[in-house]
Amino acid sequence: MRPVSAEPGESPFRAHHDLGGVRRFLCTPVEREEHSLSDFDREVDALRQVLAQHGLLRVDELRRGIESIPEERYFALSYYERWAVALADVLLSKGVVRGEELRAALSEGSLE
Amino acid sequence: MNGFKPGQRVRVRAEWPERHGPVHIRTPHYVRGREGEIAAFLGVFPNPEDLAFDRPAPPLPLYHVRFRPEALWPAPVSGTEILVEIFAPWLIPL
Repeated sequence: MRPVSAEPGESPFRAHHDLGGVRRFLCTPVEREEHSLSDFDREVDALRQVLAQHGLLRVDELRRGIESIPEERYFALSYYERWAVALADVLLSKGVVRGEELRAALSEGSLE
Repeated sequence: MNGFKPGQRVRVRAEWPERHGPVHIRTPHYVRGREGEIAAFLGVFPNPEDLAFDRPAPPLPLYHVRFRPEALWPAPVSGTEILVEIFAPWLIPL
């Protein structure tokens, strides 16, 4: 969570995901349309729910994982892509999934 | 459980744990170091800063804190009210 450089009048050590109140977004219209969900989005959401039901992942852990995505990658990923990256990161760090298991599953295409 | 009462003036701690390593902080950057007042006690919840790392999470009082826009931004939109959920350890009584 590398602090980003601040604009004039902005907090000096803001983390890149902490976007509320940033002045350059002032007067930017709020999108009020519901975003459509892709099959990928739904699968990621379903995975998160199953992991939570089994006590393997808290929403707070997911948020921490999302926030730890480096800034450049964070803004290049979609909302649910961030979730997928964070899910993998947290599960790997907790030892729920091993790296070779994840690589094998990805090479089979089952997680694409 | 905690001494804060509705209407009481508070200051949010001007702390930046982000500078010292991986953290999960629910207190937005734009209220840190700023003054507001307690609007409501919302209940007691496990500390998300600990839950985020799967650590034992002591229950903490959570408050709605009301800020005047002028306390946060140099040229705010008038007539807006800012309510932020903030856990007790982030608040200093004034």
